[in-house]
Amino acid sequence: MGTDTGAVVVDVAGFDALLALLARERRVLGPVLADGVIGIGEIAGVADLPAGWTDEQAPGRYRAVRRDDDALFGYAVGQRSWRTEVNPSRLPLLQIRRRRAGEGDRDGARHQEVLPADPRAGVEPTAWVGVRGCDLAALAVSDRVLLGGEHPDPHYAERRRDVFVVAVDCTSPASTCFCPSMGTGPAAAGAGHPGPTPDLHVHEVCTTDRHELVCRPGTDAGRALLAAVAAEARPATAADETTAAEAIAEAARRIDEHRHLDAEGLAGRLEAALEHPRWDDVAERCLSCANCTLVCPTCFCSTVETTTDLAGTETTRTRVADSCFTLDHSYLHGGSVHASTRSRYRQWLTHKLDTWWDQFGTSGCTGCGRCTTWCPVGIDLVEEATAIAGPTAVAAHPEGGPS
Amino acid sequence: MAIAEPTVAPLVPQLLEVRAHRRETADTATLTLAPTGPTALGDAAPRPGQFAMLAAFGAGEVPISYSAMAGHGGAVEHTVRSVGAATAALAAARPGDLVASRGPFGTGWDLDAATGRDVVVVAGGIGLAPLRGVVDAVLADRDRYGSVNVLVGARTPDDLCFAEHLRGWSARGDVEVAITVDRLGDPASRWPGAIGVVTGLLDGACFDPDAATAFVCGPEVMMRATVRALGVQGVDVADVQVSVERSMTCGVGHCGHCQLGPVLVCREGPVLPAARVLPLLEVRER
Repeated sequence: MGTDTGAVVVDVAGFDALLALLARERRVLGPVLADGVIGIGEIAGVADLPAGWTDEQAPGRYRAVRRDDDALFGYAVGQRSWRTEVNPSRLPLLQIRRRRAGEGDRDGARHQEVLPADPRAGVEPTAWVGVRGCDLAALAVSDRVLLGGEHPDPHYAERRRDVFVVAVDCTSPASTCFCPSMGTGPAAAGAGHPGPTPDLHVHEVCTTDRHELVCRPGTDAGRALLAAVAAEARPATAADETTAAEAIAEAARRIDEHRHLDAEGLAGRLEAALEHPRWDDVAERCLSCANCTLVCPTCFCSTVETTTDLAGTETTRTRVADSCFTLDHSYLHGGSVHASTRSRYRQWLTHKLDTWWDQFGTSGCTGCGRCTTWCPVGIDLVEEATAIAGPTAVAAHPEGGPS
Repeated sequence: MAIAEPTVAPLVPQLLEVRAHRRETADTATLTLAPTGPTALGDAAPRPGQFAMLAAFGAGEVPISYSAMAGHGGAVEHTVRSVGAATAALAAARPGDLVASRGPFGTGWDLDAATGRDVVVVAGGIGLAPLRGVVDAVLADRDRYGSVNVLVGARTPDDLCFAEHLRGWSARGDVEVAITVDRLGDPASRWPGAIGVVTGLLDGACFDPDAATAFVCGPEVMMRATVRALGVQGVDVADVQVSVERSMTCGVGHCGHCQLGPVLVCREGPVLPAARVLPLLEVRER
């Protein structure tokens, strides 16, 4: 009994063929093990994936360790998200050049030209393989932030436009994950998922007697790719989908039992707790190091560096990732608005979980857990938010914020 | 996902020529800037209360409000106080120099809200710069409004901006101008006017609190005190607009610096209803 979704099942060799086809036309990025972390790098096929590896994560702790099977996607997320692929940490914006034109022109002040950077420069067709539900949800968040306003960001748009996404369900979540609380996983896509529809939605099955990947097409491009590997695939059956659904449900149950954020009405509860003593408590632990904002898949703050050559004829503006944990972030003449660590941590947490809704109509948190894993002192976002906001009080905030 | 073709225009400055440089105070100057070519964002004329991101060659960009709107040949004015490298470079610009400008960005003052009503303008220090366009617009269409009060506070007599304009408005006879200074500064200064905070001028101002619209800009502590004092006079907070200042890098809602709680000041502001922004300013370090 087949399904009518166009889903097919391939074995590892079939998936390798699929990646090879993808790599013919695109730069393919996927999970790779490097420097003891499963990060993101260029891949040519299955051999480049961290098969048989997983990650152990806890607040302030990450270790890549061996699995007792050969699963290709048997881990959660590393410190790198896909954010830097669409919103690079350093991005040239433009140059202004001037030349001396003659008498009376002080240092060429009157002869200048503006040379904007081409948003298409260096952008090539790309595929992302192994995108998790939390990170696909983060992409939807970034779309709202950088494309949703009156002035869409042209650089983000060009990098974002033509990415082929192979999303993969997450069945080996980390202890810092809380995607079910945020409605972003562990399924990478499907009904109710907030992320954009991926070109392929993959579910890996790796048991003692079976190692296969269920591949569902979400777009025409995805269907075309599956058609090209049809010789090595069999149609997915209802039983395949049931197996996948059960694995997802089991992963969701495990994550939620271990780590749950009461997201209902959270924005309103945080807004009512801006002077909670716990902010002082967390500020004593927080190093204001900005790690959480660097690993967060939705953080978008940037600043602009202006540099001028020694001859003083050419000045360059470069957009650089910034963090609300720096003093410069809120600097006005005379001092910073967020002078204390307490106010900077409060800015970060309330922005993610509270004011992001006002600004962009969504939560800024996807439950990926990176901020908690990569915090050098192990500050746990779920623990802090829960301590500060408290649990949902029935009918205490009828407007309740987002649910 | 279908993504439209966004333009680089909001990120790319237009080069404006400095036509005039007028010293306002020891650290503040007003630049008259005129376009040298077609504008990147089209011919959107700025409205009072909006701002541009300005940069002198080689220096960083800073948000500066328009202190006079497009006049002859599309020239605008910006009033810059030198408080750091970027503003010092701008304040040092001389006629013939070029200044890079992006904008206009942000909301303007809602002048329509004051139609048929008394107008109360309260400015502290360089806060008069974004309000000058309000006074100019109101006086250009004087019959549309009731009484007009312009209340200005400065640190010392030497810190008073737009002294000529204040005299000019005062001389018209159809607008009340009152000025106060916090202190004399130079003890030899001959200051005939009031001494004290700007809220003290409200007592002497003649307007109907039930039918007045107030426009307020200055340091945050001054704006909080002014909105409270207006309330004491009987002005509903819903009839008060304020312009707030936050760190800004992009001007288009993408850099994250200008957050004031839920408000992205560059996008939703800088002019905001007092009722929206006052509760946010009451939270320390928000």
